[in-house]
Amino acid sequence: MTRRQRRFALIGTGLGVLALSVALVLSALRESIVFFNSPTDVVEKHIAPGTRIRVGGLVKSGSFVRTDKLLIRFNITDGNQEIPVVYEGFVPDLFREGQGVVAEGALEPNGTFRADSVLAKHDERYMPREVADALKKQGHWVDDYDKQAGAGGSAKSQ
Amino acid sequence: MIAEIGHFALVLALALALIQSIVPIVATRYRDTVVMGVAETTAVAQFGFVTIAFASLITCYVVSDFTVATVFENSHSAMPLIYKFTSVWGNHEGSMLLWVLILSLFGAFVAIFGANLPLTLKVNVLAVQSWIAATFYLFILITSNPFARIAEPPFEGRDLNPILQDLGLAIHPPLLYLGYVGFSITFSFAIAALIEGKIDAAWARWVRPWTLAAWMFLTLGIAMGSYWAYYTLGWGGWWFWDPVENASLMPWLAGTALLHSAVVMEKRNALKVWTILLAILTFSLSLIGTFLVRSGVLTSVHAFATDPLRGVFILVILIAFVGGGLALYAWRAPMLKQGGLFAPISREGALIFNNLFLTAACATVFVGTLYPLALETLTGAKISVGAPFFNATFGPLFVPLLIAVPFGPLMAWKRGDLPGVAQRLSGAFAVAAAAIVVTFAIAGGGSILVPFAIGLAFFVMVGAVTDLAERTSLFRAPVALSWIRARGLSRSAWGTAFAHFGLGVTLLGIVFETHWGAEQIAMVKPAQTLSLSGYDFTFRGLTQRDGPNYRELSANFVVRKDGALIGMMSPSKRSFATREMSTSEAALMTRGFSQLYLSLGDQKPDESVAIRIYYKPLVLLIWLGAVVMMFGGALSLSDRRLRIGAPRPARSKTALQPAE
Repeated sequence: MTRRQRRFALIGTGLGVLALSVALVLSALRESIVFFNSPTDVVEKHIAPGTRIRVGGLVKSGSFVRTDKLLIRFNITDGNQEIPVVYEGFVPDLFREGQGVVAEGALEPNGTFRADSVLAKHDERYMPREVADALKKQGHWVDDYDKQAGAGGSAKSQ
Repeated sequence: MIAEIGHFALVLALALALIQSIVPIVATRYRDTVVMGVAETTAVAQFGFVTIAFASLITCYVVSDFTVATVFENSHSAMPLIYKFTSVWGNHEGSMLLWVLILSLFGAFVAIFGANLPLTLKVNVLAVQSWIAATFYLFILITSNPFARIAEPPFEGRDLNPILQDLGLAIHPPLLYLGYVGFSITFSFAIAALIEGKIDAAWARWVRPWTLAAWMFLTLGIAMGSYWAYYTLGWGGWWFWDPVENASLMPWLAGTALLHSAVVMEKRNALKVWTILLAILTFSLSLIGTFLVRSGVLTSVHAFATDPLRGVFILVILIAFVGGGLALYAWRAPMLKQGGLFAPISREGALIFNNLFLTAACATVFVGTLYPLALETLTGAKISVGAPFFNATFGPLFVPLLIAVPFGPLMAWKRGDLPGVAQRLSGAFAVAAAAIVVTFAIAGGGSILVPFAIGLAFFVMVGAVTDLAERTSLFRAPVALSWIRARGLSRSAWGTAFAHFGLGVTLLGIVFETHWGAEQIAMVKPAQTLSLSGYDFTFRGLTQRDGPNYRELSANFVVRKDGALIGMMSPSKRSFATREMSTSEAALMTRGFSQLYLSLGDQKPDESVAIRIYYKPLVLLIWLGAVVMMFGGALSLSDRRLRIGAPRPARSKTALQPAE
């Protein structure tokens, strides 16, 4: 092989690997990304049942029900709209009524959101950033959420 | 008073860093060796002052000085001493101080242990290191001063986030920072070499120990972080493709590629342009990681509440160093000429193959991590890219890489003999094939992917052993001769074999855990028994006890296998009064390399509790493999070649000429 051929072999392999990874990334992006929606988005966008989405907002005070065994129900609200959620399994340690939550799953035909994961991600303010943005958008953001941290997280929703 | 000493020491470190940033570079212009030598003194002094600052902050935490804002926000007088100590870096300000402590530590190490480096290179490296240090001291002093006082000090602190009250906080962040801040040295070496225009095989030899050291710490840091997440979050998972995890994985992938390409540069004087680029990119990825974690753009267990100024500041640092580094590279790199001809099938070729796939895998992680941020900035749409994306991209790219791993070390330099190598790997092929058949038979059909992955893991492990056997003529020569050869074998050859073996071990653990792991969630009443994977768990009721700063509710389970008692497991929930938070403490029982894992959920008034039981076969191999990899790195680092007898560097003029 001449130096030129070797260089071509090298560049060819490099481009091949690059093309392979681009193809993998594009196909994976099409199939596996999940959009975040506030309850208002869910209602306004008429999201089809079965589409995988994330819904975020506050756990509505007084809506948390533990039915038989491990099935739980609660409503996610952004102050404007509410989405009923059912979830089977453990809720994260930080799950509380009146606090921010992000659930991932799909809508059922009857409008209930069946979650297969409820996220425990949070920063020190116990408020997922997406949820904070969604609340701000709906005009229900209260500065209190920031101050809760100032009071050592002792502010209660009820 | 102590906080002021710390603050003042940090300001002095900044002043020294500014001197060290400029003076050596100017002095090298005038070839004034005395003034150039200043950089060594300032580098050590800088480390000294940052250590004073860090020690002051530790003192503030240990004595619970709540007049200091960060101590008030992250500590509590009732906390055990170890957590008072670790909460120093369990918050934004303190962790940035740890960051610069390690940055200055590496600078001081170059000054002290870099005796074999040419003076010009050494002082330029120290100068570049100081640019980074100066910007981060400024960042801390302007936006994140850990020593700020509170005007009206409260009597009690607000406690450390309970999730962080764990031994993991003592281990994971310092190791991880030693790793990814350690790559700053390779960046400084690359920039210094570009400034000087003098890049040769000797450069690769000098930079390799630093790369290896950083890589070892990063490997262990990531593994320990993964184990911490596994036992503390109660979800039984060990990797979540969380953006912050990815932020540490990207420098690891790039750093691993760098380790391999530096070998080619050192031995064959080839791949220079690429190696320098990787050195710049690796640290750039570390900086991106710092930005992602510290700017608050992500929601994550790692993110602390932040103000926007910090994000902007780090972004400016990031753009300056990454942009500046790459611009300098673009300007200088065309002057470097490649040397060392080689055929595509050769050790060099194998190492290039490794680099291609590692960087491609790194790029997919990069896209998956940053695409959501980019999309949100551009269109406002919020998306999440989770495990399915990474499994579909990262996985396929790692398969060819893993297949190639055993071939690489057996290839000859310049021109390899692929059929010959394949023949020497016949033992590894046989073991892999046997593993595939056995797995397939036991699993009774199903996906071919799992037996294939198990076979691949055995291929990588046996391949690593084959490499050693070949080098020592094991089985072919008398044992005594093999023994002599084994003793004569370089440490770096042993290191390679161990690191590759560790990779196979980790893969084996991953496949077993993901495929044969079992899980069950249930509500149990006292005296009720649950069964999973041949183990019986009998619930014996709840007990309550008081910890130093929490109350703990434990559920006690008796564990039996085939009727025989094997132990007790008590998963618990801890409630921390100060933050009104509770954490779940999983109970783990180790059985060989496998583990049983219990995590406690809510309790009902009738004494029944929700419980999650996992059986994790061979799960410990995942982290054990990483430890073996790190051990391989340590062996390689102790190689004599890396310490003494480095070849004399080529003269500047000739280095820029074609090497043929």
